[in-house]
Amino acid sequence: MIQAIVFLPLIGALIAGAIALIGAHARHPSGDTVDHDGHGDHAHGNDAPLVVHTSYDEDPQVSPMGPDDRGHHVLPLELQAAGSRAAEWITTGLLMVAAALSWLTLVDVGFMHHDLRVTLLPWINSGELQVAWTLRVDTLTAVMLVVVNTVSALVHLYSIGYMHDDPHRPRFFGYLSLFTFAMLMLVTADNLVQMFFGWEGVGLASYLLIGFWYQRPSANAAAIKAFVVNRIGDFGFLLGICTVFFLVGSTDFETIFAAAPGLTGRTIDFFGLNVDALTLACLLLFMGAMGKSAQFLLHTWLPDAMEGPTPVSALIHAATMVTAGVFMVARLSPLFELSPVAQNVVLLFGATTAFFAATVGLVQNDIKRIVAYSTCSQLGYMFVAMGTGAYSVGMFHLFTHAFFKALLFLGAGSVIHAMHHEQDIRHMGGLKDRIPFTYVAMVIGTLALTGFPLTAGYFSKDAIIEAAFASGHSVAFYAFLMTVIAAGLTSFYSWRLVFKTFHGTPHDRAHYTAAHESPITMLIPLGVLAAGSFLAGFPFKELFAGHGVAEFFRDSLKVNPQIIEAMHHVPAAVAYAPTAMMVLGFLVSWMFYVSSPNMPVELANRMPWLYNFLLNKWYFDEAYDAIFVRPAKRFGRFLWKAGDGAIIDGLGPDGITARVLDVTRGVVRLQTGYLYHYAFAMLIGVAGLITWFLLGSGSH
Amino acid sequence: MTFEIAGYQLLPVLPELLLLTGGMVLLMIGAYGGQRTTGLVTVLAVLLLGATGAAVLMLPAGRLETFGGSFVLDDFARFMKVLALGGSAITLILSREFLSEPSRRIFEFAVLVVLSSAGMMVLISAGDLIMVYLGLELMSLALYVVAASNREDPKSNEAGMKYFVLGALSSGMLLYGASLVYGFTGTVSFTGIAAAAKDGSVGLVFGLVFLLAGLCFKVSAVPFHMWTPDVYEGAPTPVTAFFASAPKVAGVAVFVRVVLTAFPDVLQQWQQIVVFVAIASMALGSFAAIGQKNIKRLMAYSAIAHIGFALVGLSAGTAEGAQGVLVYIAIYVVMTLGAFSVILAMRRNGQAIEQISDFAGLSRTNPQLAFFFGMLMFSLAGIPPLAGFFAKFYVFVAAVKAGLIALAVIGVITSVVGAYYYLAIVKVMYFDPPKTAVDPVRFEVGGVVAAAGLLNLLFFVYPAPLISAAGVAAKSLF
Repeated sequence: MIQAIVFLPLIGALIAGAIALIGAHARHPSGDTVDHDGHGDHAHGNDAPLVVHTSYDEDPQVSPMGPDDRGHHVLPLELQAAGSRAAEWITTGLLMVAAALSWLTLVDVGFMHHDLRVTLLPWINSGELQVAWTLRVDTLTAVMLVVVNTVSALVHLYSIGYMHDDPHRPRFFGYLSLFTFAMLMLVTADNLVQMFFGWEGVGLASYLLIGFWYQRPSANAAAIKAFVVNRIGDFGFLLGICTVFFLVGSTDFETIFAAAPGLTGRTIDFFGLNVDALTLACLLLFMGAMGKSAQFLLHTWLPDAMEGPTPVSALIHAATMVTAGVFMVARLSPLFELSPVAQNVVLLFGATTAFFAATVGLVQNDIKRIVAYSTCSQLGYMFVAMGTGAYSVGMFHLFTHAFFKALLFLGAGSVIHAMHHEQDIRHMGGLKDRIPFTYVAMVIGTLALTGFPLTAGYFSKDAIIEAAFASGHSVAFYAFLMTVIAAGLTSFYSWRLVFKTFHGTPHDRAHYTAAHESPITMLIPLGVLAAGSFLAGFPFKELFAGHGVAEFFRDSLKVNPQIIEAMHHVPAAVAYAPTAMMVLGFLVSWMFYVSSPNMPVELANRMPWLYNFLLNKWYFDEAYDAIFVRPAKRFGRFLWKAGDGAIIDGLGPDGITARVLDVTRGVVRLQTGYLYHYAFAMLIGVAGLITWFLLGSGSH
Repeated sequence: MTFEIAGYQLLPVLPELLLLTGGMVLLMIGAYGGQRTTGLVTVLAVLLLGATGAAVLMLPAGRLETFGGSFVLDDFARFMKVLALGGSAITLILSREFLSEPSRRIFEFAVLVVLSSAGMMVLISAGDLIMVYLGLELMSLALYVVAASNREDPKSNEAGMKYFVLGALSSGMLLYGASLVYGFTGTVSFTGIAAAAKDGSVGLVFGLVFLLAGLCFKVSAVPFHMWTPDVYEGAPTPVTAFFASAPKVAGVAVFVRVVLTAFPDVLQQWQQIVVFVAIASMALGSFAAIGQKNIKRLMAYSAIAHIGFALVGLSAGTAEGAQGVLVYIAIYVVMTLGAFSVILAMRRNGQAIEQISDFAGLSRTNPQLAFFFGMLMFSLAGIPPLAGFFAKFYVFVAAVKAGLIALAVIGVITSVVGAYYYLAIVKVMYFDPPKTAVDPVRFEVGGVVAAAGLLNLLFFVYPAPLISAAGVAAKSLF
């Protein structure tokens, strides 16, 4: 069964990829584009054109994709690839099967306790390094399987509607399925190397999907940025794997966890510093998690990744890939548990991210970017849970978040679809009458995100805040403060989004009147996820954050019963704090954007520095640009101009060429044409040779 | 069979006698028949050269001497004579078009080439210094005249004049050197000098330097090369082709014979001279050729560089080195005659064209010509598997085996520099926009181009005849 779950998406990806290749070949057999004949020839009538062109004004090769998320008003000029329909339904169907099997697996493993390890193939066999392709299924994996496959299946379905007129759909669905496969390899990994394989696989798929509309320079830039920033984290991850292998001599989880307790107190030489070996390994591994999960300092790629199609944002940049870092820390929790320093670092970064991203989210105007910063912030919450040692609570939030965040993204996609690719919420307004279904879905998502009682987010987020308080030490208290404040900010920006998009008066009449509800393939996923946003909470509360934790998760992650216990005995003020903040945020948002819409403008005018600071995302992009990018470019320029150009070329090819020409000029000048010069040269030659033999060692 | 005169065997000099007598007959035909016999005389001259070559090969094998050892016919001489005669004959074939113009119907040209060839044969077979001088002057006097054979062209006259004056100077040096050698050894015969010159005293080395200066002039080695570019450019192209082939063969032959048979025990001294001259020639030839725009001038510098490469083999002072020189000079003669026949073929509206830029786009206007010329250029640059590569290969191997590794390295570096201008011509032919088409190539010129080109291309398939013949010839010197 587990083989089917993992490899069905791969099969789908391969089929869709093959269709994409064949389609591309059929469309551009010799690199030619669609024939444009028959412009004014409609009088002929009977020879029906191959495609019904909707617009002849633009050359398909050069037309810009526009600032929006989709490009369907331009793209119809391109032929739809043959077999697009088949690629869609095959991949979607396979994912549906995998998702269904995943739920069965969760029941089988979580409740029946049928943990599973399936070795498929040996992989690396080099001296001490023994790595095999092994699928490991325990409760932690099963939870991830459910999250990944459920969201992926819904996103596949949603994409059928959302991408319906994109000519490159087979490629799109191939990438989506490929991503799903890589993610499944990641979560079923039984050793660090296989996990790294999946880790890089999702990075690749993310890169491909962010840059899916490769005609757009901004999409390419975003894809490269995501890839490069992730590279930094991946480098840390790889170093972490190496450190663990150096310490333990194996990359298998079981071996590592068995050996880990014996490693406490062992030190390792790192850049001349004697550091605690386990702490170093955990921090390096966490660096990888920071990159993948867009934590503070390595977060800059996530907002830009919104250049990708919206279903991609929902699947990869909200529900699954970005949570890989959280999953990794949970998976390696027996290791992190042994290094309090590393745990505090995780806590610190998580709390900071939760607060930082929420502040930036307050002032953003792009509907997808608001949700992206919200994702970043919620990931911070999950790391806070990890840092306090309440790993199952972090996983709980991961689980619930996947549903409501995917819902928000897909809802945003539905709005964008309705608004004809408008993404700026300042141009929206009043849409609740035009697209009521989407409105309801978005409100449900927002309620869950802000932690409205009885929604999924309420249980998981409050549990994290309680855990932070219950931990009791100073870093944890910082985390508690940050997360509580962030809860208020979250409520504010979430409702701001809803109010500006769906309430008030429409800012763009034309778009408003043209707005239409999305097709059924897009609404079904919204409905399912909306249901999930409720059902993922209460029924699972005991399993993730209650008394059922130890029995549910067993050995799949480290369970600290004392934290869970302490969470249930926090003061009432603490327990109600997030809810109070949520209400406060809602009220301020209501005041700002519904009752007196002038207030935010005045506030921004009164404190322009704060507004600009937040609008520019704390100037992180600018700072990185100044600290890393531009010096790197300068250094590259230096190596190019001075190193390669002046030194290597200058002393090498160019220099030698120039010297040869100099010599040539000199030699040619010797040939004066005067007879006596020639005779003189001969005599000099003889005289020189004679002198050589007289004075030199020649005659001896 | 006895041919004797005053007690001396005449059999070894039979080919020379045949050639000289034939030359006189041709002169008579021309003198009495007038200029209209030019074509006939030229054809007869080619046949005469061929017959002489056949006679050289038909004489009894082994080392033959006559005139008291002044004249030697050994395998070395046979090899070089056939090569020189071949070069002369091909030159005459190539000159038919040049001589066919009414204003240039000079039958003397063929006669002078025959006489010059006779001088070369004497030079190649010289067994003492007197015979060297005799052959040298017989060869050179004819050359001075043919250089100026285009009487209406001031450049041709200038070329003849320069060559004559500098040639006289070099002859003077050679004679001075010969007299010094005679003074210090008491003999002019090579075997006698070899027996007497065991130590290499300063006086003898003085003589050696002057002697070699004279010989260097004939092979146009630096710093005695200055005449070469001017004469190559000024002389009519068939004459330049002649200069570049047969006299070079004779010059190299006498150079090799003198240093190896007369001064075997002064190796250390003459080796220094040859190494210096070789390096200077390779370097100057390679560098200066880059700056040339006229293809004949370029070929002049190319000739200087190639003599430098040939001398690399000689400087080894071994039989293997001598073999390398012989292989080199044989292949060089083929390459250079092929190249000059292409240059002769390059005519536009009846006018000869000599600028390198005139070759632009030849690959499209005359692809066969461009292909063969390109192959010849690659071969001159020494690119495998063409013949020119093997030529360089043998001399460098000989030098390395003799311990002259630095010399071989310098040789390889200069050949890289030299490759530039050969490849530049290929680039001009294949990548530059074409000019108007060149005139159709005459049959005999095209034949020479094709023959030289194919020899170049296919040499690597069956190199044994040349290599082994050169090996046998080289061994006869030791």
